[in-house]
Amino acid sequence: MSEEQNINQNNEPKEDKFLAEENKIRLVTGPDGKQFQVNPLDDYFCDKRPQVVAPKNKIIEKFLNWARAESLWVLGFGTGCGSIEIPPLLSPRFDAFRYGVQMRPTPRQSSVLIISGYLAVKTLKRAIRTYEQMQSPKYVMALGSCTINGGMYYDSYNTINRVDQYLPVDVYVAGCMPRPEALLAGFVKLKERIKAGNAEGANEYAEKFDWYKANQKKIIKNWNMPDYNW
Amino acid sequence: MDKIIKDLTSRFKVTDYIQQRPNMAYVTVQKELAISLITHMRDIEGFTHFVLLTAVDWIEDNLFQLTYILNSPDKKVDLGIRVMIDRENPTMDSAHHLWQQVATYQRELKEMFGIDFPGSPRVDESFILEGWDDIPPYRRDFDTLKYAEETYFPRDGRGSNDPAEYMKKKLYPDEEK
Repeated sequence: MSEEQNINQNNEPKEDKFLAEENKIRLVTGPDGKQFQVNPLDDYFCDKRPQVVAPKNKIIEKFLNWARAESLWVLGFGTGCGSIEIPPLLSPRFDAFRYGVQMRPTPRQSSVLIISGYLAVKTLKRAIRTYEQMQSPKYVMALGSCTINGGMYYDSYNTINRVDQYLPVDVYVAGCMPRPEALLAGFVKLKERIKAGNAEGANEYAEKFDWYKANQKKIIKNWNMPDYNW
Repeated sequence: MDKIIKDLTSRFKVTDYIQQRPNMAYVTVQKELAISLITHMRDIEGFTHFVLLTAVDWIEDNLFQLTYILNSPDKKVDLGIRVMIDRENPTMDSAHHLWQQVATYQRELKEMFGIDFPGSPRVDESFILEGWDDIPPYRRDFDTLKYAEETYFPRDGRGSNDPAEYMKKKLYPDEEK
């Protein structure tokens, strides 16, 4: 691995003030009785930057995009009031399965992250960890006016105003809160974007990685995790 | 209610008293007497239910007002206990030994107002604001709008209207004011 890809080690030594307990250097006894030192930030996390995956062949990419668009697996991660709009989406009345949308319990299996409403700084930290753990190609859908311009929390001390400064957003659904129908419209819009090849959020995140990280670190003052979690 | 208050005033130095409703009253006591008063109410008068602990910032008087609200399930009455503490050096005796959940309220007040409760469990850990390094946000001299504009990248073009004025203009555009 080249020097410039080492994002965790290249920086000046991290202050230990905010480092989470589970990420501190510690001694571990192995099954054979031998003790060894573990530095979780280096040993448990990959310290490679995210890579841009450029589309290779136009025809194959078109086929892949069609396949991706027809099966959107949504992570069951709710922030704010919008998380209550998602369960009815899967009920018979709205039936999101018609659109190939289904919920998954883990970020490793899902391709869509729904930011469903206002994000406090504390939640943003979890949302970033979640987003980075998802596998490419991945898409972000942001619900409600809070994610667009702050909504009714525009002057709050702890709620971010714009999600697109911290994560690449593909589709915004306006409303306060948007109803499940609006969410379905958002899914249709997202599918159009994917099929047209415009939903390149993961690549954009990898390209402007430093800019996104600078924005995230500006407000998450107790950064106690690896720079890129996956 | 009157009987309880009469009993209270005879035992403790109650500086102020407001009867809010027939079943709700507020008493103001000195900082040193508050915890013993609350203990007395809980153990002898039967105010066993702790409703909430909150604070008000009286920036003009340089005071913080703490309000403990207790409820008596038997008598069906509420009693609020108000304590005025100094704003410059906000410290209050902890009440976490009376009800466990008080510790959570005290942790929140420590974070949001900067009121210290020495001895309360985990009171120094961050509660909602992780890594906050400004003045506590619920203090009235903290300007949330200014802080949000400096910190959270506000989107251009955001405006707001007074709903009454806006609808008047929209529905009756010809009408003069």
